[in-house]
Amino acid sequence: MTDAETPYVAGPARRPVDRDALRTRIPGWGADLDPADRPSYPREVYDPAVTGAHWDLPEAQPELRPRERSVEHARLTPVFGTSAPLHGASGAVRRLAYRRFSEGRAAHWFLLLLGDRVDAVESHVRSLASRRPDDPVTETGVLAEARAHGIASRRGRVDVRHQVLDPVVVAGPWVAAVGAGAWAVRALVRRARR
Amino acid sequence: MRAMTYRGPYKVRVDEKPEPVIEHPNDAVVRVTRAAICGSDLHLYHGMMPDTRVGHTFGHEFVGVVEEVGPSVRNLSVGDRVMVPFNIYCGSCFFCARGLYSNCHNVNPNATAVGGIYGYSHTTGGYDGGQAQYVRVPFADVGPSVVPDWLHPEDALLCTDALATGYFGAQLAEIAEGDVVVVLGAGPVGLFAARSAWLMGASRVIVVDHLDYRLAKAREFAFAETLNFTEVDDVVLHLKKATDWLGADRVIDAVGAEADGNLLQHVTGAKLKLQAGSPVALNWAIDAVRKGGTVSVMGAYGPLFTSVKFGDAVNKGLTLRMNQAPVKRQWPRLLEHVRAGYLTPRDIVTHRVPLEDVAEGYHIFSAKLDGCIKPVIVVDED
Repeated sequence: MTDAETPYVAGPARRPVDRDALRTRIPGWGADLDPADRPSYPREVYDPAVTGAHWDLPEAQPELRPRERSVEHARLTPVFGTSAPLHGASGAVRRLAYRRFSEGRAAHWFLLLLGDRVDAVESHVRSLASRRPDDPVTETGVLAEARAHGIASRRGRVDVRHQVLDPVVVAGPWVAAVGAGAWAVRALVRRARR
Repeated sequence: MRAMTYRGPYKVRVDEKPEPVIEHPNDAVVRVTRAAICGSDLHLYHGMMPDTRVGHTFGHEFVGVVEEVGPSVRNLSVGDRVMVPFNIYCGSCFFCARGLYSNCHNVNPNATAVGGIYGYSHTTGGYDGGQAQYVRVPFADVGPSVVPDWLHPEDALLCTDALATGYFGAQLAEIAEGDVVVVLGAGPVGLFAARSAWLMGASRVIVVDHLDYRLAKAREFAFAETLNFTEVDDVVLHLKKATDWLGADRVIDAVGAEADGNLLQHVTGAKLKLQAGSPVALNWAIDAVRKGGTVSVMGAYGPLFTSVKFGDAVNKGLTLRMNQAPVKRQWPRLLEHVRAGYLTPRDIVTHRVPLEDVAEGYHIFSAKLDGCIKPVIVVDED
């Protein structure tokens, strides 16, 4: 049989395998040969007793401040994360995404992405008034370029052509923040002059 | 405590944050000793995952020591060295009861389409992650396990996601003895999937990437044939020719949302966020697998739509299988394989950085500098 004939004729039922040669070359070859003896087979195994849970429904974590949730949930889940609560304009955008649109709607996700960009701008502006303003040099980690052979590592790589966009993604919120700041200052000055 | 915090796309730093507290009776607080940066953390870092908030701490691969336990915790004690699966799950909901631990319904109020994950945006529940000195671990009786004495801490660390996910991906591919398996992506998950494919009886394993240093690792670590897709005009055609014009029996997508190989897809997906990632690898998988074959998707994608060539998948009669790995289901067998030397997880670790240098660690990993395959953050002594 030539290569060009393979799909056009039936061929053997199973591809012949030299088990001994493979076992010699590959540590553990065939250790999980039986599909029915693999840890995730079958996909669903009904056995609530094995998980370690000693509750039917977990006790509810106290909701110390209002917690946003997907409208596809019938209720707040018993346990939830408490990192970075909603705040500011980004919080309003995210709250709208959760309250108004299900996960099936593109608007839900695009609003959340918009909230992320607003959050970055808000946070940059806020950091300028803090004792530790954002520092794009240290926070982007670019100081590693010299130590990590930045130029040699990229030589001949196909992804270099779109890496030029990375600085735009990084600088975008800064440009927006400066623009928003300048606009706000101008508006305040105009109001003061009236 | 000191913790990595997100400051916006491509920007992270180490901040002083309050130590986590017991918020639920079955919580534990774990002092982190080692954490890892996962390829999927880069999707957060690049601003691709919706509802990634400034101030959030990433990190879903970590090991550490139990510092405090809630009043209902029975299975862990203060001082236990633990490995914590990246999944946060209750163990008792409709889905957990069926073994779908990564699809738990009781831990993520922000979305029903995904379960809970440490340090992976509010889209997966808003839990701070383990790239910090301390982390809150919900459902301490369900998720974490005590690290066996014989297991190296970095092997334990890699069992919390990358190894378990790669091994799970090979299982989803439904590999039968003699199958030709193509793995797209030679990152940590791709390397582990390729190595696992042999355990399930593959006769050939071909790994595809564009980074020569990672392909060299695939040859040495995963005993695979390799293909640098930038060296051929048409990767699908090349794979067809390399598989007797049939296509591979099974293809594993271990790339996900930031795939290179098509500038338009990459820019619209990974840079402009107009789709939930760049489906280049997924489309190559669909086109390079043989008719009636299986595509296993381990690459992470966002919750929005992507321009996937679904018609080809239908017409070829493919089986598409995918999920976040239910990590703890894999552990008993994985530990057997690690102990037997069939899997050698920490061989892929290339960089170890202190927590204070986390921004540089992210940059090196993201820009693929210095031969980086897997960076580990050394947080504290074991």
